[in-house]
Amino acid sequence: MTSVEEYQVMTGNHAAANACKGARVQVVAAYPITPQSPVVEKISFFIENGELNARMVRVESEQSALTACVAASATGVRVYTATSSHGLLLMYEILCWAAGNRLPIVMNIAMRSVGAPWSVWTDHQDAFTVRDTGWIQMFCEDNQEIYDTNLQAYRIAEDPSVYVPTFVNYDGYILSHTSMLVKLEPQKKIDEFLPPLKHHLNLGDMNVVMGVCPVTTPDIVKREEGTAPGYYEFRYSLQRSIENSIKKVKEVHDLFAEKFGRSYGNGIYKTYRAEDAEMYIFAVGSVASESRLAIDKLREKGVKIGLISLKLFRPFPTKYLRELFKDAKLIVVFDRDIGYGYEGILCYELKSALYQSKNRPFIKGYIVGLGGRDVNAEDLIDGVYRAIDLEKKNEYSEQTEFIGLKLDELDFLQEVVK
Amino acid sequence: MADKVKLYDIPEEEFLLPGNRMCAGCGLSLIYRTALKALGPNTIITVPASCLTVLHGMQGFTSVDKISVLNTPFATVAASASGIEAALEAMGKDDEVTCVAFAGDGGTTDIGIQGLSGAAERRTNFIYACYDNEAYMNTGVQRSGSTPYGSFTTTTPIYGKTEHKKNMPKILEAHDIPYVATSCASYPLDIYAKFKRAKEIKGTKYIHILSPCPPGWGFSTKDTIKMGKLAVETGFWPLYEIENGKFSLSTPSKRLLDPAKRKPIEEYLSTQKRFNRLSNEDIEEYKRYINQSWEYIKSKNLTTQLL
Repeated sequence: MTSVEEYQVMTGNHAAANACKGARVQVVAAYPITPQSPVVEKISFFIENGELNARMVRVESEQSALTACVAASATGVRVYTATSSHGLLLMYEILCWAAGNRLPIVMNIAMRSVGAPWSVWTDHQDAFTVRDTGWIQMFCEDNQEIYDTNLQAYRIAEDPSVYVPTFVNYDGYILSHTSMLVKLEPQKKIDEFLPPLKHHLNLGDMNVVMGVCPVTTPDIVKREEGTAPGYYEFRYSLQRSIENSIKKVKEVHDLFAEKFGRSYGNGIYKTYRAEDAEMYIFAVGSVASESRLAIDKLREKGVKIGLISLKLFRPFPTKYLRELFKDAKLIVVFDRDIGYGYEGILCYELKSALYQSKNRPFIKGYIVGLGGRDVNAEDLIDGVYRAIDLEKKNEYSEQTEFIGLKLDELDFLQEVVK
Repeated sequence: MADKVKLYDIPEEEFLLPGNRMCAGCGLSLIYRTALKALGPNTIITVPASCLTVLHGMQGFTSVDKISVLNTPFATVAASASGIEAALEAMGKDDEVTCVAFAGDGGTTDIGIQGLSGAAERRTNFIYACYDNEAYMNTGVQRSGSTPYGSFTTTTPIYGKTEHKKNMPKILEAHDIPYVATSCASYPLDIYAKFKRAKEIKGTKYIHILSPCPPGWGFSTKDTIKMGKLAVETGFWPLYEIENGKFSLSTPSKRLLDPAKRKPIEEYLSTQKRFNRLSNEDIEEYKRYINQSWEYIKSKNLTTQLL
């Protein structure tokens, strides 16, 4: 039993900073951006206050932030950074570099929309945009989950069978700036769960001479001294490690649950009222949270619907989802992001995963809440009812549907849209 | 100020082995070989996209011995050094290990200037070495911020560059870092002395080394040393150090305070194909430019003497 006194009230950003402290990170490099900034402010405070023995590199850009993390990690220490939106996109080149060098960096993305036009409010566009860079990617729904997932992320990323950088994502403002109860764990207990980093790269060890990341040819190179892999082999190895990491993600989640008494579904997805469901809402982060309300209301009306809140997005848990949805009739996907010119990213990823299932459920995707537009349960419920109707008629819409648009109130724009 | 170095002061131990991938007559090979001798084995070097990446060889095979290297994308070498240094501090190894960023002129004066300025402003404890071959040589001689006036490049193919080169050491000087120096591939003793001095100083150290490039500049591979010497002796590329604000001309450039001692700039410009198109007016412009830069040096020199 835990008493209320063990909990503290804090924002998602501060939960992330506390996890950083708990993980005893050694180097932090970050650049301020809304809504991530309070993470770095809090970590700076921990360091200057003597609560965290780490070096803070107060860089002049996000590109430099992640580069400093890459270099520090390759030198042999545990590192952390956090960013949002444009900051994440400025890091794009180095995201690929971090993954290619197999560096167990943990980064928080306080998710925010991407301009233009300027917007500082939440959606999931930034996080989904970097899905192909070779990082593990996990989503959170509350501040405790941010704290817990960050601790797990280090253990996953640093596992010798993995060595892959890891994103832990949470919604800007909705979590980053909202206070909730968070239980912070005692240092000793965290240390038992998360041993010090044992890195495969250690430039700081002067007894070992290393050349990290030289030019690598298309083909393997055979010489008297030995055979060097080509770029293709390196990238194959990255893909295999990410694919296989799903076992480690689950294992670490279960270990964490055993030690700290908190779990998040099976570590890969969380369910809500899904036991006897015939249809599902499929979503991440803030949209999944809001869907819980929608599901309660739909259940009151007798709709047998449940929620699948995806926690692990990369590696995409194809096998788990095929099994999970093997009897599903209908899945409604709410994307707070969009693959422009196609449809919601989460939606098409799910469609692709279930294409080779024996049972192919009807999947209906909607776009919701871009740029911080409020996502409310009523809108989601409307979406579900329309999806039920479409499924009955087996009717696919050609165009991507946006929920919560207010075109009616913009006379001048209506002509353009038509 | 760097100590006077004699040839026998330079260690015989080699860190750059024979058989690297550089062009014949490459100024960078000479610079790197000498710099590594001064830096010694307890060094981590970080390198952005550049000819130096090529020098370091392909996956699995390198001509650089006993020194660890971290490659990093083009714009990021100073941030990379910042990360290495932060990790060394966290490990308590920052006193025993020297952290060096080694980049070309494009990676320094153009795409990397923001990161370098940031690292210098943060007083990062590292040496930043810029080898300046005055264009994007690794990608095939495109114009950089460090390309000199009138020079042919593949992106200034007809008229040549219409601006003078960016004075990067002056920009670093404005950061009030403890050590700024210029050097040149033709003066290995000078290179050795300056790297040795930089290694002894805590904080950000910047060394900018002119690196003659036979294919990029258009001269015979046997003339690399000659070209570097002419750059210095004509007064085009003054060698100096600024340590804690104290300016001092290095030996090869000292006597050039007297304009009569400088070789005519034509000797430098007329022996390189990249300057083929220079008109008489352009050469006059060069003379004006050199005089102006020496006026600045004189003022620095005078201030230092008064201090």
